[in-house]
Amino acid sequence: MTQSAAALRPVVSVENLHVSFVMSDATVAAVNGVSFELEAGKVLGILGESGSGKSVTLRALMRLLPPARTRIEGRIHVAGHDITAMDEAALREVRGTKVAMIFQEPMIALDPVFTIGVQIAETIVRHEGVSYGAANRRARELLDMVQIPSAARRLKAYPHELSGGMRQRAMIALALSCRPAVLLADEPTTALDVTVQIQIILLLRQLQQELGMAVVFVTHDVGVAAEVADRIAVMYAGRFVEIGPAEAVIGSPAHPYTAALLTSTVLGSMFGQRLEAIPGMPPDLRAMPEGCSFAPRCRFAENRCRAAMPPEFALTAERTTRCLRVAAREIEPAGPRLDESRAAELSGTDLGGPL
Amino acid sequence: MSEAKVAAVTAKVGSRPGRCGPSTEGREPIGQAQPLLAVENLTKHFPLKGGLLNRTTAVVQAVDGVSFTVQTGETLGIVGESGCGKSTIARLLMHLIPADSGKIVFDGLSVGASDGLSLRELHRQMQMVFQDSYASLNPRLPVAMSIAFGPFVHGLAKPAALRRAMQLLEAVGLDPLLFANRYPHELSGGQRQRINVARALALEPRVVILDEAVSALDKSVEAQVLNLLVDLKAQFDLTYVFISHDLNVVRYISDRVMVMYLGKVVEIGPVDRLYRRPQHPYTQALLSAMPSMDPKRRTREAPLAGDPPNPISPPSGCRFRTRCPFAEGVCEAVSPVLRVPPGEELCLVACHMRVPGSGHSRAAKE
Amino acid sequence: MADATTLPVDPAAALERARQGKSYWHRVWERLRGDKVTLAVITVIFMLVAMIVLAPWFTVHDPYTGSVLRRLKPVGTPGHWLGTDEVGRDLWSRMVYGGRLSLLAGVVPVFLALLIGGFLGVLAGYAGGLVNGVIMRLTDVLYAFPSILLAIAITGILGSGLQNTILALTISFIPPIIRISESVTTQVRYLDFVEAARASGARPLTIMRYHILNNILGPILVYATSLISICIILAAGLSFLGLGVTPPSAEWGLMLNNLRQALWVSPLVAALPGAMIFITSMCFNLMSDGLRQAMDVRL
Repeated sequence: MTQSAAALRPVVSVENLHVSFVMSDATVAAVNGVSFELEAGKVLGILGESGSGKSVTLRALMRLLPPARTRIEGRIHVAGHDITAMDEAALREVRGTKVAMIFQEPMIALDPVFTIGVQIAETIVRHEGVSYGAANRRARELLDMVQIPSAARRLKAYPHELSGGMRQRAMIALALSCRPAVLLADEPTTALDVTVQIQIILLLRQLQQELGMAVVFVTHDVGVAAEVADRIAVMYAGRFVEIGPAEAVIGSPAHPYTAALLTSTVLGSMFGQRLEAIPGMPPDLRAMPEGCSFAPRCRFAENRCRAAMPPEFALTAERTTRCLRVAAREIEPAGPRLDESRAAELSGTDLGGPL
Repeated sequence: MSEAKVAAVTAKVGSRPGRCGPSTEGREPIGQAQPLLAVENLTKHFPLKGGLLNRTTAVVQAVDGVSFTVQTGETLGIVGESGCGKSTIARLLMHLIPADSGKIVFDGLSVGASDGLSLRELHRQMQMVFQDSYASLNPRLPVAMSIAFGPFVHGLAKPAALRRAMQLLEAVGLDPLLFANRYPHELSGGQRQRINVARALALEPRVVILDEAVSALDKSVEAQVLNLLVDLKAQFDLTYVFISHDLNVVRYISDRVMVMYLGKVVEIGPVDRLYRRPQHPYTQALLSAMPSMDPKRRTREAPLAGDPPNPISPPSGCRFRTRCPFAEGVCEAVSPVLRVPPGEELCLVACHMRVPGSGHSRAAKE
Repeated sequence: MADATTLPVDPAAALERARQGKSYWHRVWERLRGDKVTLAVITVIFMLVAMIVLAPWFTVHDPYTGSVLRRLKPVGTPGHWLGTDEVGRDLWSRMVYGGRLSLLAGVVPVFLALLIGGFLGVLAGYAGGLVNGVIMRLTDVLYAFPSILLAIAITGILGSGLQNTILALTISFIPPIIRISESVTTQVRYLDFVEAARASGARPLTIMRYHILNNILGPILVYATSLISICIILAAGLSFLGLGVTPPSAEWGLMLNNLRQALWVSPLVAALPGAMIFITSMCFNLMSDGLRQAMDVRL
């Protein structure tokens, strides 16, 4: 296969993914038919609230879910491997090397009783089989790459000796240690202060471009998705209700849920007006209603919306939506119009303002 | 700058009746001379014990010499990152922890003084909503009992207290017949937070402190609860102190905003002024660090490097100087004090750059 | 605020009627109902207690009168289905009547220790600081002694007899109960809802009653039931050593001691009191385990 053809083949390919958890009293349908493809060097942002299934989708890509209770159906191909068909031993070889994951809380990934230098070096030795000396050198390079100052000294630090932002960077270094082709990010910036959050976002963007990784970035924050993602998939009740390029999804949403999410978010231009909160609550994943799962809360809902779950409609080559009415061009759920002056403000206040 | 001057300046800012439309620059605010809540030089240090004999090895300077006022009927927003001391301020205001020094004056009466306001009375006037909606409710009590507990403790008989609880459930948008006997684990985060708001209102307070009250909620639920808070404020004539790290939410709900860094106040001002023309470099950095909502105009450079430092041994002089792009010698030597910057009558800033003749190269000459 | 006339019904009645909430204890009960082993064990305990309390209806012979002619009859002798002891008293009657003292000495100390130790532990946990320091260090002093030695020492000083046994065992169990109630109280003490209760101006005793107690009862109850099984053995042990209940009272430990010499002659009879101690203690232990599992309800 030629170079360009290989580059065009998607690195992540998911088709009709269904994930359900079997509990004693009910079965929870966490993911209900998710399909997408991701090329190398691109970032897919999955935007959704809690309970939408976004974290479950991410973990399914590595099969990090408890095997006893979980039922996965559908096709998952990551970095050339068929995830659903592999056994646990083969999966362990893939995790950390071809596919890596970073989390909201760095202490999930970092062991508190080892220094970060040891943890990174050990991972490299285990997966790539090089000597400890070479692994340590590489660990030092990685810490430099994630912009941890005084990298040599920090190699000997324990996780609890680092500040929050440093720990996050150390976790990223650990994830990148074996040069993965795919990086899965589960809300890595949610728990960070805003000044640290933007540093980590910029770092991830830079690393992703440098290393040519494909990234799946899960978040509930529209702003973070706008900063990071090339394409955004909006998730609700276990399904993608819309996918498209980031500017398109945010600028002119193609699903009433996306529009409602954007307008109910407190944005700069909304002062003095009442927030248009989405009425009601998300559906119970144990007993999903017939028809469109958003219909009970949608102001555009009609009877045919409630009849059956709409399939994915392709609006353009790059955009799909699960709304019947949008696909039929009957409605255009209005997005927030970014106040021009606000947008200018947001994109770079000049520090040291007028005296 | 003396406390009296601070109070005089902040008194001018008063409360704004409505918040529709553009900024209120140039509009004469309705000021009240006496603020509802006045905090003077509040300080709280937490000792860290260690070693064999449990000696104090270090001190966390959580809140250091903080002064501000809250006018009747306004919403004061307090923003800052982790370690700035905003949650400690909430607990100090509520007297859940004792202050090391400083005074809290409620409606002209000194709290805790023999001729002032007793703690019990203070709690009737000032209540708090916490961040963790689940941990704020006793898991073994039905929610109506949790709400009725406050009035019950202050002498109301149980049936009357329960009756008030039912009324409050309705006021926060929950059907009393459906929710009164529920337990916290059966409710969603948004519903629980409504219960917490109802519980705070049960004693009919005048001031409600909201300590990151909507931070843990989903965005769509956050919108519902914010709408509710705005409605309740009008309905019950409340004054809010709204603490949050989310700059957008604070901008939406506040009249005035106070920015804190490492236990000190760096800037206070009317909300629109502060967000459009921030005076302090930290405020500027904070605002420009917010993610852009526009994928076509992404942030290209992080305004600040590194993490917020540890409040255990803060830098000498101005605490922000280690991350400030404009730090100079005077910033290390002298701690800046909250002053009115030239040309901005309604704001207070603690920065040498805004003080004429301070010795900073960017300050105006005397 | 809206006045009461806008509400159609009396709120207290509405609270009762709208009883849809499943309280924590309700869920515990549901889980317990599904746990066959624990239910069986609880049934056994109930039957045991019933039989022991209603002893006269279950026994024929007087536990105190013996006959040298009939000493050490084996199991299965007509008229004495469990045999007789070394003085000729009917073993079955002795076992049933003995159960009274054994259970009394097993349960009452734990109950008393719960009242005293529970109060002190909650006080220490809630107050913190100096009060906590004083109470916990005093507890540590008592904790340094192994419980059986402590009980022996106390009965050694006070003398034998049921009352002194109960006293000694109570004192031995107070430290662990203080420990655990202080520990759970501390866990709950700094949670937001207790802070909120403080913020509404409630006094410490009110807070302890409405907010702390109902949250710590579970773990303490589990711990106390596990202590009962230990206490039964300790009480029997004390009597075995001659420091507990005195003859001619019937008590399992005492019987075990007295029948020791008969071990070679009539082993089955000699082992019976021991078996009884084992069964009862085991039942309480299993019940405590089952309670702990049922209470592990994830809310």
